Amino acid sequence: MTSRERALGWLAGLGLTAGLVMAFGVAPREATQGNVQRIMYLHVPAILVAYLAFGVVLVASVIYLWGRAAGADRLAHASAEVGVVFTGINIATGAIWGKPTWGTWWTWDARLTSTAVLFLVYVGYLLLRGMVDEPDRRARAAAVVGILGAANIPIVHFSVKWWRALHQPSTILGPEPSPIATPIAATLLVNWIAFTLLFAYLLTARMEIARFEETHAG
Amino acid sequence: MTYARRTWIVLWKDLLSERRSKETLNALFFFALLLLFLFQFALGADRERLTAALPGLLWLGFILSGLVGLGRAFLAERENDCWEGLLLVPGDKSAIYLGKVAGNLILMLLVEAILLVLFAVFFDVDLGAHPIRLIVVIGLGTLGFAAVGTLFAAMTAHVRAREVLFPVLLLPVQVPVLLGAVKATEAVLLGEPLGAVGHWLGLLAAADTIYLTVGVLTFDAVLEA
Repeated sequence: MTSRERALGWLAGLGLTAGLVMAFGVAPREATQGNVQRIMYLHVPAILVAYLAFGVVLVASVIYLWGRAAGADRLAHASAEVGVVFTGINIATGAIWGKPTWGTWWTWDARLTSTAVLFLVYVGYLLLRGMVDEPDRRARAAAVVGILGAANIPIVHFSVKWWRALHQPSTILGPEPSPIATPIAATLLVNWIAFTLLFAYLLTARMEIARFEETHAG
Repeated sequence: MTYARRTWIVLWKDLLSERRSKETLNALFFFALLLLFLFQFALGADRERLTAALPGLLWLGFILSGLVGLGRAFLAERENDCWEGLLLVPGDKSAIYLGKVAGNLILMLLVEAILLVLFAVFFDVDLGAHPIRLIVVIGLGTLGFAAVGTLFAAMTAHVRAREVLFPVLLLPVQVPVLLGAVKATEAVLLGEPLGAVGHWLGLLAAADTIYLTVGVLTFDAVLEA
């Protein structure tokens, strides 16, 4: 690990600490939901980073199919793994928040459903990677799924939105508390930056592991 | 040889071998019949409940039989060592993809027609009211399913656990097609005009276009052994 990567790790750690302090110390106790609202500082940055990660998978997959550079495939793989983990964090924290707030762990709301579909598509992507032995074939197949999965995101978004809208309007999920108070917004921003740094660090670390795996395999 | 001709030859080859062996179609016919029995047993004889669930059941039947049928799409090439033959086809390989999609589409539509008749007989569905509307909806939905299914079938043909991997990859991607097709079918069976589900038909058409475009652009990479 180079000193630059180590610096990135420390920076991410620093950011996460700052985010944690702000989430519990600076951000006020939300008036109606109480302390449980603070899970948002983990919930929202996680999904923003996951979107970024799947965007990276798309770009890296296109680059791989274009020029067949092994580095692009490693990047796509690493990014998909981190993206799946962060989507999982988002869904889990959402459920933990949903139980006391909505009274249920899960509801087939549009946003929940499309996030779950996103999660499943990329879990499938990782399963595919695990099941193909030849590195070249694995990289090509994964790239195709990486591209199709991303191209499908807007279709999934609209289908699930209309599915719920025609079925019943979201009654539980009220309109968002629109002007968000400044300390809350600042805390979100700090956590978002920290999570993005963490993503960059995990990405470089995972790619390094993949490089080791390739050089020491067979 | 033109692009269209190469597409046609792949399609013709698949249809001919299916016509002679009738392997997939015969098996899928009985599979569809069995599905119908299972749906009936699972939901009981309650007419109202069955009617409410009908569009969903219909598409569940299409998708389950489609999974079985599409999973076999490249079986002949793999088992008879004809994969290299596909690779040797001159020019743009996406012609093979489109030929295969067309073949699978025809096969699936045949099975779906059988399933529709079975549903009409056993569940007393009135299919004759608006046949054109039903054909438009089912055609759009099935095309999306065949477009991704063919691509993934080629991709998983050489994978050890392809029987598991194929549905696991295909089903989450197909969620929007399933949602759109079920909603549109529901409306058509209730006698609503296609305009009432115009947004769903647009979504299905957009999905079909995106899937076919990705398939055409990436099939070359999938085919390489």
